[in-house]
Amino acid sequence: MCSFPTASSAAARPSASRRGLAALALVVALLPLALTNAYTYEIAILVGLNAITCVGLNILIGYAGQISLGHAGFFGLGAYGSAILAARYGVPPLLALAIASGAVGAAAWLIGRPILRLRGHYLAMGTLGMGVIVSVVLATEDRVTGGPDGMPVPPLSVFGYPLSGERTWYWIVAGALICAVALAQNLIESPRGRALRALHGSEIAAGAIGIDAARHKLGAFVLSAVFAAVAGALMAHYSGFITPGKASFLHSIELVTMVVFGGMASTFGAVAGAAVLTTLPQLLTALKEYEMVTLGAVMMLTMIVMPLGLVPTLEKRIAAARGKPV
Amino acid sequence: MLAQYLVSGVTIGAIYALVALGFAIIYNASHVINFAQGEFVMIGGMTSAVCVEAGLALPLAAAAAILVATLVGMLLEKLAVEPARGASVVTLIIITIGASILLRGLATLVWDKKIHSLPAFSGEQPIAIGAATLLPQVLWVLGVSAAAVALLGWFFNRTLTGKAMLAVSHNRLAARLVGISVRRVLLASFALSAALGALAGILIAPISFTSWDVGVMLGLKGFAAAILGGLGSGPGAVVGGLALGLIESLGAGYLSSAYKDVFAFLIILAALVFLPDGLFGRRAAERV
Repeated sequence: MCSFPTASSAAARPSASRRGLAALALVVALLPLALTNAYTYEIAILVGLNAITCVGLNILIGYAGQISLGHAGFFGLGAYGSAILAARYGVPPLLALAIASGAVGAAAWLIGRPILRLRGHYLAMGTLGMGVIVSVVLATEDRVTGGPDGMPVPPLSVFGYPLSGERTWYWIVAGALICAVALAQNLIESPRGRALRALHGSEIAAGAIGIDAARHKLGAFVLSAVFAAVAGALMAHYSGFITPGKASFLHSIELVTMVVFGGMASTFGAVAGAAVLTTLPQLLTALKEYEMVTLGAVMMLTMIVMPLGLVPTLEKRIAAARGKPV
Repeated sequence: MLAQYLVSGVTIGAIYALVALGFAIIYNASHVINFAQGEFVMIGGMTSAVCVEAGLALPLAAAAAILVATLVGMLLEKLAVEPARGASVVTLIIITIGASILLRGLATLVWDKKIHSLPAFSGEQPIAIGAATLLPQVLWVLGVSAAAVALLGWFFNRTLTGKAMLAVSHNRLAARLVGISVRRVLLASFALSAALGALAGILIAPISFTSWDVGVMLGLKGFAAAILGGLGSGPGAVVGGLALGLIESLGAGYLSSAYKDVFAFLIILAALVFLPDGLFGRRAAERV
């Protein structure tokens, strides 16, 4: 029913993806040279956290071909779950993070079973509704969550040593991002990844060659939810404060926009989309009242000129310039 | 109390129905979910409110608001949707999301970030009917919405243009073969649904105020109503809108006002589990 672009050829070749991972590691390792103050570090950390979420979401949207307009709900549940366990029950933050992410995975499995039977725009509605429910509950149950004003979150600690400071967090998030990308690339090149792409092409055809569509879709949904939850929990412990806005419909939309903007079915596209769309609003604040107009215009123009998204379009251009077949 | 909840539910439901019809009309013509639909509602409410504040008579202000929204809708089609034809559904969704951010930004530039209100069309004196009291504006909302729906029914079933639009929604290629200009149908569908959205915005502005950001929530509810009814179905959009309004109003009245959106979305989720194509949706067969 919906036609999505097919997986890029680069992702199908392991050597290309390994080169991509090495390039990403290099960028991440060299980036601190360009980061001059705490503010730029903070933006880099936000980029990393959004990128982790988008890499997961891209497995669901770009490869399995299933839309989700509610992933901020999982992000928020991971953040609040970890925060509440650590702040109210005295669970060590690292353990709280793991428990919360696991619980979000289990919740996604339960929710995904009925919801993933929906297709196309109906699935968009189902996931959107799920996200709205999560954000309303987080904003309303103020005795547990602090309500619309949010709640403070204890810092992350390892064996009793609290982790704080922008530099420390940069390397934590950088490590998590590299792990997320490596994991996603591995999955995509595995038989499971090929099965996902097959059912993206056509669910019926995939079923005819023996691919259990429901099981694979559910797997992609759960995995993307866990990625979002881990990123959410990291965000909560990093910033020391969390508000329900992180679980809102608008944040869900932002996440999907990052994935599509960077290029669907491209893990590095998801990272690039997160980087551009997290940094851009920070740069645009200089435009003051013209911020929103510019952001909207940039989004529209980019998608009209590059409907495949940033990275796949650039890959094609480069391949064409080298005279290679795409 | 029940009568009061029913009245307010049907009132807001009528507004949701108009927004949902806008989603359905554009979806039928182009298979695009226009996430800027809520901004048409905002443009309708804001333009009319600002015009009245500037001293214009209400009917003129309303006409101006519908005209402005219709032009914006046509521009959106010409400048953003048409150049991107052939792009995937998700890409088109992101383009309309970009358009909604752009339009909200423009609204803050052209107008401001303040809350505006429109005077009620015929006074604020409540009318008592049995146990319930009605604001005259409620009658305006219901009457004008019903008239708009009737007019749409006539347009799609009785006029050549309307039938041409339906033909495009059924089979684009076949419609072209019999000489229907798909480009004009697309333009007409954006104009029509923008006008409907603006009408909804004008009708609701005296009851719930209006500002640059009211489009987000109204657009979301309109989308939910369109999906509940079955995407692309006219009667579905009306029934979905009224049902959503009633669920919200009854949920807020009897259970908890903080959780009214939760009830609404829970019921939509439950409905979709049993009816994966909405109440009136057509099951689309997948070709391999």
